[in-house]
Amino acid sequence: MTKVLTDARSIRIKGRSFLALVLSPDLPLDDWLVRLDDLASRSAGFFLDRPVVLDVTDLAIDKVQLKDLFEQLAERNVRIMGIEGARPSMLVPGMPPAMKGGKPAADIEVKEREPVAAEAEGVLSEDADHAESQQIRPVTQSLVINEPVRSGQSVIFPEGDVTIVGSVASGAEVIAGGSIHVYGALRGRAMAGSIGNSASRIFCRKLEAELVAIDGIYKMIEDMSPALRGQPVQLWLDGDSIMAATII
Amino acid sequence: MGKVIVVTSGKGGVGKTTSTAALGAALAQNGERVVVVDFDVGLRNLDLVMGAERRVVYDLVNVIQGEAKLTQALIRDKRLESLFLLPASQTRDKDNLTTEGVDRVITELKRVFDWVICDSPAGIERGATLAMRHADMAVVVTNPEVSSVRDSDRIIGLLDSKTLKAERGERMEKHLLLTRYDSVRAERGDMLKVDDVLEILSIPLIGIIPESSDVLRASNMGAPVTLADARCAPAMAYFEAARRLRGEQLPITIPGDKRGIFGKIFGRKAA
Repeated sequence: MTKVLTDARSIRIKGRSFLALVLSPDLPLDDWLVRLDDLASRSAGFFLDRPVVLDVTDLAIDKVQLKDLFEQLAERNVRIMGIEGARPSMLVPGMPPAMKGGKPAADIEVKEREPVAAEAEGVLSEDADHAESQQIRPVTQSLVINEPVRSGQSVIFPEGDVTIVGSVASGAEVIAGGSIHVYGALRGRAMAGSIGNSASRIFCRKLEAELVAIDGIYKMIEDMSPALRGQPVQLWLDGDSIMAATII
Repeated sequence: MGKVIVVTSGKGGVGKTTSTAALGAALAQNGERVVVVDFDVGLRNLDLVMGAERRVVYDLVNVIQGEAKLTQALIRDKRLESLFLLPASQTRDKDNLTTEGVDRVITELKRVFDWVICDSPAGIERGATLAMRHADMAVVVTNPEVSSVRDSDRIIGLLDSKTLKAERGERMEKHLLLTRYDSVRAERGDMLKVDDVLEILSIPLIGIIPESSDVLRASNMGAPVTLADARCAPAMAYFEAARRLRGEQLPITIPGDKRGIFGKIFGRKAA
């Protein structure tokens, strides 16, 4: 039994990761800014056209000092796209959004002869082609989880397929770059092909999902045929439509 | 070294405190030394259910902050001499609980008692995570309805990630205690059935406590239900759960199953 679940074109929402430079200031800020200037003078245009995230985790400053720091950075043409590790109370309107869940990447090298103090801890590949070729590389890895995914837990595996030997609870989510296999009930959210893989599929022993998505095409359980609920089902993408069928 | 149990649920009002008191009293009736610890700082209730509210002088926060010794804060039960209560503070809040302080208190209690039962506050914040931090095993209290089951699922996830056992890479022993179970309503479909709950949570069942006015009456009297009326159905279910906590293998009876109940009563009287 195959059923087209949608005709209308849905809005495509995709995840994409970018590399950003992370600046982690330390106290006293004046000294840190002097060292930053030093770095900038040795490597002109270092921060130009680069996304920069400000990491203020464990930095004992208040709202006023943070605002001041922003002004100081703006004077130096450092544009901050996001703040990591700030208390919500420190963020006032007009500041960039809070960011979390960043993953460390290879340390950045500043193109310059002298060794540089480790101001720029993290993350920007100088070689853009290299980064792109990594993205295009076919996904072949897989992650196997031998226990149920509990409510509130997220399994995020952009590198490939995710197999869960157990159920995915209501309020849990699984995001995979490849396909998702659930040997149990799928009650939470499943998003397959999250980095743009339209050939990926979702399989489950019992479909009770809150939401499924393949390659950015989303579908809620209400939009699905009631005949599929509680059944072993596979879901795949045909053009811009999520298709679903029971499997034996 | 004693065993540390956390009684937790995520959702409030499902019977954590009642179950802590009932299991504590059931375990202590064999002469084992038991302490029940109230972690619900700011909203303490365990002292009421234990009938010790007028005897609280020092509390958990006093001990953690070094204002009192542990022996000064512990309250011995008037009915069972091997049962003790460590009350929570009503005037402070959960920010007064420090990780190091809780570490110290639990280590000290483990040396003296066979069972340390921690009554977790509702929620997933500081109080709840500190209550579960040192546990060797967890009793997850769940009502047969969807919101309680989902919250319990969330708590089970935290037990597997936020506890010392999890940090050491060990597996936390988790047991499901299904409370306020009404077989008639479950049969009618107003409540989740036992199998549905077990299917969702997939942890072993340690007992099913029937919905009963005996529980409320005992709480209002200031006595754990296992002390107030040891022969009533909920008390018997708690006694069985306590035996399973000790590691005994007993078949689970679903309350309301007429033959089950009769069989149990008959079996007890004959023994």
